[in-house]
Amino acid sequence: MSSTPPSSKLGSLDYAPALESKSSATIAAHYGLFIEGAFREASSSQSFSSINPATEEELTTISQANAADVDAAVASARKAYDSVWSKMPGAERGKYLYRIARIIQERSRELAVVETLDNGKPIRESRDVDVPTAAAHFFYYAGWADKLEHAGFGPSPRPLGVAGQIVPWNFPLLMAAWKLAPALATGNTCVLKPAETTSLSAMVLADILQQADLPPGVVNIITGDGSTGAALVAHPGVDKIAFTGSTGVGRQIQRSLATTTKHVTLELGGKGANIVFDDAPLDETVEGIIDGIFFNQGHVCCAGSRLLVQESIADDILARLLRRVDQLRVGDPMDKNTDVGAINSAEQLERIRVLANAGDEEGATRYTSSCELPKKGFWFAPTVFSNVAQTHRIAREEIFGPVLSVLTFRTPEEAIAKANNTTYGLACGVWSEKGSRTLWAAQRLRAGVVWANTYNRFDPTSPFGGVRESGFGREGGRHGLEGYLDV
Amino acid sequence: MSNNRVAVMKTYKLLIGGEFVRSESGRSYEVQDADGAFIANVAQGSRKDVRDAVVAARAAQPRWQNATAYNRGQVLYRLAEMAESRRDELVHQVKAAEGLSTPDAESTVSASIDLIIYYAGWTDKVAQVLGGSNPVAGPFFNFSVPTPTGVIGVLAPTSSSLLGFVQTVLPPLCSGNAVVVMASEERPIPGLLLGEMSATADFPGGVLNIISGQLGEVAPTLASHEDVDGLDLTGASIEQAGEWARSAADSIKRVFVPRSGDESLSSLRRLRAFIETATVWHTIGQ
Repeated sequence: MSSTPPSSKLGSLDYAPALESKSSATIAAHYGLFIEGAFREASSSQSFSSINPATEEELTTISQANAADVDAAVASARKAYDSVWSKMPGAERGKYLYRIARIIQERSRELAVVETLDNGKPIRESRDVDVPTAAAHFFYYAGWADKLEHAGFGPSPRPLGVAGQIVPWNFPLLMAAWKLAPALATGNTCVLKPAETTSLSAMVLADILQQADLPPGVVNIITGDGSTGAALVAHPGVDKIAFTGSTGVGRQIQRSLATTTKHVTLELGGKGANIVFDDAPLDETVEGIIDGIFFNQGHVCCAGSRLLVQESIADDILARLLRRVDQLRVGDPMDKNTDVGAINSAEQLERIRVLANAGDEEGATRYTSSCELPKKGFWFAPTVFSNVAQTHRIAREEIFGPVLSVLTFRTPEEAIAKANNTTYGLACGVWSEKGSRTLWAAQRLRAGVVWANTYNRFDPTSPFGGVRESGFGREGGRHGLEGYLDV
Repeated sequence: MSNNRVAVMKTYKLLIGGEFVRSESGRSYEVQDADGAFIANVAQGSRKDVRDAVVAARAAQPRWQNATAYNRGQVLYRLAEMAESRRDELVHQVKAAEGLSTPDAESTVSASIDLIIYYAGWTDKVAQVLGGSNPVAGPFFNFSVPTPTGVIGVLAPTSSSLLGFVQTVLPPLCSGNAVVVMASEERPIPGLLLGEMSATADFPGGVLNIISGQLGEVAPTLASHEDVDGLDLTGASIEQAGEWARSAADSIKRVFVPRSGDESLSSLRRLRAFIETATVWHTIGQ
């Protein structure tokens, strides 16, 4: 395969900036911990700064919770479980969830702006994906709260108690919704720990919970770094840990809870294969490949980071792909035209650089989008490696950034073998106009989700989660209830 | 039969990849009945035997998973047929192993065979009960199917030599997993006998692998093996279960630890323990 720079007429066209107004969001100078329905300072009075990754400017300061704060949050959740939430009829619990869903919809613009400022993702994505899908999750699970006896887990499934929930920085509000909505619908109370670099939308969510008049203590939100999460995992008063994050941390959590009776679900890393057969619809496929790896700057555990193309069409696909990569608009996340925003943190940017450099060193062919990058902030230009071998680090390790590795195959059997040649098993894509071939492939792929002629779709009714070292348990759909029921 | 006839003594062997083998280590151990009298020599499996069994299970698993659910049900039903036809032998061995009265051994064997039938009937119903279509908000047909976890390591219960063996081994087999099971160390013969019956029940070789031997010696290999996807710790002590569950975490294995009530068939916990939900999105369009 060659990777000569593509020529494109569209590349020279430019758009005027279309900036989203920041006025819909008011960010306080400081946020405390949300415990027993109110904000309070951390017992240590320590706080950390939260910055906008696109400008490196400080947005606010946030309290750092220590073990004593975790203890207070768990005690608050236990009290709310015992005195209010476990006794409330499902129909009433559901009405609180409906309220939360509605208020998220009503404050969607504010949430989208906060999310984009804090995370660096394009406003188009936070506006069209993160926030509406978060509202939809509350809406979906609200309806389950009074129907649990019909969910297939026996006549009167019981909640677990207090759920400790640790969410990542790539979809801060959406992941919080994925965790909270099913836990609350099934009658559990929660202690939520947002990621250190992206706590802000959870602070707005706390305000929404107050507005919804959710009984104090039903949801507690504690902010901090990894030590806060570790204290939550270790706390004896927690009945369940739900974690989304890296396989490395997931492994530690599973290990540390192996001798306890705590329930665990883990949604971990991935190295998703996006398989393109020779009869794929080319234009849609190229768009799907782009969505698969550059959506959310590639900060997606189910990203289609390994492109497997049938050899006969590989040159054609690669040429079209590089042309399209050059047209991606990279820059100010608050610009409604932006396709690819800022990398979430300096730390993550460094990780991406190290792995991309390994791609060079191991002999893959690198193509970097010709886009211009802003001077301040954390940026990584969309990158495509071709001539990648299965042994290369960029074909094996999760990069979690806008970097695609392109490999080829000759037969469908070889495609499946290469797709499954990983310890992960979160998601795969299949591109073909032949339904029988698609279903044949889906049957053989070791992955929790298979997207056929599409990629990176999420819906509250659709179970999401991995196999193998991508973790266990499902979020979304009827299956998503199981992780919060004692069944 | 003349009183002078010398009986043929049988050594029970491991089942690996569809073949009955002595341990690669060449070791065997004596198994006694409940009163301490010698029953038979049994092959003493090694860590290498466990690794060989995992390789065989991995190779066999896709064929078992991709067999039709109807076919898997037929094979499990055939196992029940084989067990029924050799039930006297099973009764004799369960009685010896567990020190039961003949009626109690009879009823244990009956319950075991009936449980095989129960799971034979589940193979083609699991997908309908645990799967379904999901009404996503968009032009997609979206469905979830239960799929087997892969290769499952099972530590069969130590005391219930046949019924416990069936209770732990049949649920993962039913849903399309391949199994490497450690039979009860003290009472391995009923499980090994069922393995002999499985060889005439049309299982693809390698779907069911049985290792006898010292649990403490070989189970850690099963627990830490990178190519084992799930671990059933029913036959482990509390201390062993903790240690092996920790090493299972290194490859994010699904770990099943029983609790009271698990043997209630309506709970489906054992069936769900080694099932993954695979969700497929397909575009709808002209």
